[in-house]
Amino acid sequence: MSEQLIEHFIQFSYIAAAVLFVLSLKWLSAPTTARRGVRAGEIGMLLAIIGALLHHGIVSYQWILVAFVVGSLIGVPMAVLMPMTAVPQRTALSHAFGALAAALVGTAEYYLKTPNLDSFIMIALVLEMLLGFLTFTGSLMAFGKLQEVLPTRPVTYRGQNFVNLALLGIAVLIGAYLVVNPGATGLFLVFAGLCLLFGVLLILPIGGADMPTVIALLNSYAGLASSAMGFVLDNKLLIIAGALDGTSGFILSVIMCKAMNRSFTNVLFGAFGQVQVAAAGKVEERPVRSATPSEAASILETASSVIIVPGYGMAVAQAQHKVRELYESLSKRGVEVRFAIHPVAGRMPGHMNVLLAEAEIPYDKLSEMEEINGDFPYADVALVIGANDVTNPAARHDQASPIYGMPILDVDKAKTVMVIKRSMNPGFAGIENELYYMDRTLMLFGDAKGFVGEIVKSLSDGAHG
Amino acid sequence: MTTDLLTGLYIFLLAGFLGLELIKRVSPLLHTPLMALTNAISAIAVVGSIVIAGEQRSTLSTVLGTIAVTASVTNVVGGFLITDRMLKMFKKKDQKRS
Repeated sequence: MSEQLIEHFIQFSYIAAAVLFVLSLKWLSAPTTARRGVRAGEIGMLLAIIGALLHHGIVSYQWILVAFVVGSLIGVPMAVLMPMTAVPQRTALSHAFGALAAALVGTAEYYLKTPNLDSFIMIALVLEMLLGFLTFTGSLMAFGKLQEVLPTRPVTYRGQNFVNLALLGIAVLIGAYLVVNPGATGLFLVFAGLCLLFGVLLILPIGGADMPTVIALLNSYAGLASSAMGFVLDNKLLIIAGALDGTSGFILSVIMCKAMNRSFTNVLFGAFGQVQVAAAGKVEERPVRSATPSEAASILETASSVIIVPGYGMAVAQAQHKVRELYESLSKRGVEVRFAIHPVAGRMPGHMNVLLAEAEIPYDKLSEMEEINGDFPYADVALVIGANDVTNPAARHDQASPIYGMPILDVDKAKTVMVIKRSMNPGFAGIENELYYMDRTLMLFGDAKGFVGEIVKSLSDGAHG
Repeated sequence: MTTDLLTGLYIFLLAGFLGLELIKRVSPLLHTPLMALTNAISAIAVVGSIVIAGEQRSTLSTVLGTIAVTASVTNVVGGFLITDRMLKMFKKKDQKRS
């Protein structure tokens, strides 16, 4: 093959990859075509990699091969062995890897070309470094918090926002100076260091409950870093793939924001520290009604329509398989069972759906908040398992509540409400849930897995006896 | 600003709008697999990393490039695998019985 022919092949493989990536996302829109989407993405990636390997400037494949082997050795176990509850951590780690790659390639380019870099390339390079390095350390922090090797509670101190903004300001100023004077290699290192530090400080004040937004935001940053790399290397495929990833993360973070009633500026500046410094005032003892598993079972059995509201607590208690048994047992008796999923249920966007799908609950039984909220008044029973704030009616009417304005599942409108809970302690956010004190509410005290298991048991006992 | 970079900006903006339209259509049911997939796709940074690692223009660039290839390959391999693993679990009611 002549040199020119290879060059044409490389360009066409990149174009084909870009088309396949777009198709990949298009097919992902529905569960029926989603796996085809993954195939398309894989083929696109394979073509692009072949194209890159044929690049005429490559003199040795030795290190590339080593990197492929090591990368696969890390990547395969991370994908195959990771439990579904740990998918958010894995996602955070992969954002870190992606951002690191972008930042390192940017660094390498800088040292190869300095000081002969025109200012436009330098702008792209500075952005690539900024986004790459801050996303790298930020994602590692997010990983640490999700894995609970770091404290999940927000870490705050006085003047935190000032320190963060000042640091970002200095980094941007140095970045701007580098654009004009690309030869200042000493400052380049300072710049890289500041970006790394900023990533840590950015995520430090963010609590566990805000992780869905943070992960989506970091996803967006990692994508934009890849896109900036495309400008630096003049590679259109990188620009396209990075832009697709960037917008995807952006949309997801907007959705998460809306679901938690946060403003968008809050997200962009990452200042979404702790909202939940709740006025945990009135700790009055109010009467609640409770019920035993067999009482719950007999109510469920005679219902015609049941909506289950799962929260992350269900996954923590590893109760999803018992919940599936309950679903099957009730379905067999002709009870219509559906699941209401709040957008922030779980630790990342869509996490709860994956956890329920893993427990073999059919996806056509999983309904989004907007879709199902109108059906609660017609439901005989709403069964809340491990969810709290997203069911609190105070969000609708109590302006003093920290969660006021947050869209919630209208669980309180069901004819009977059942809540499985360990005790009456207020949840993660420390907000009292008035749902628990309603006349129609039955509290089912116990561990989610054990309690659901006992309901299932009394249901099957009842059938025989 | 050269025409190349200008073309790059056009491409970036158009791809961004295309992304907005595509992602809006993705069912919230699949938002986790979506993030895994876009993450795998943006590991296309592997292309740039391969060139940097293979050209061996300086020791530093080779080292950085090799680490970058390793990180990207981790995402390529892991990202597609876990997306597919998750999607395999999404079944309809009738599909389960068969």
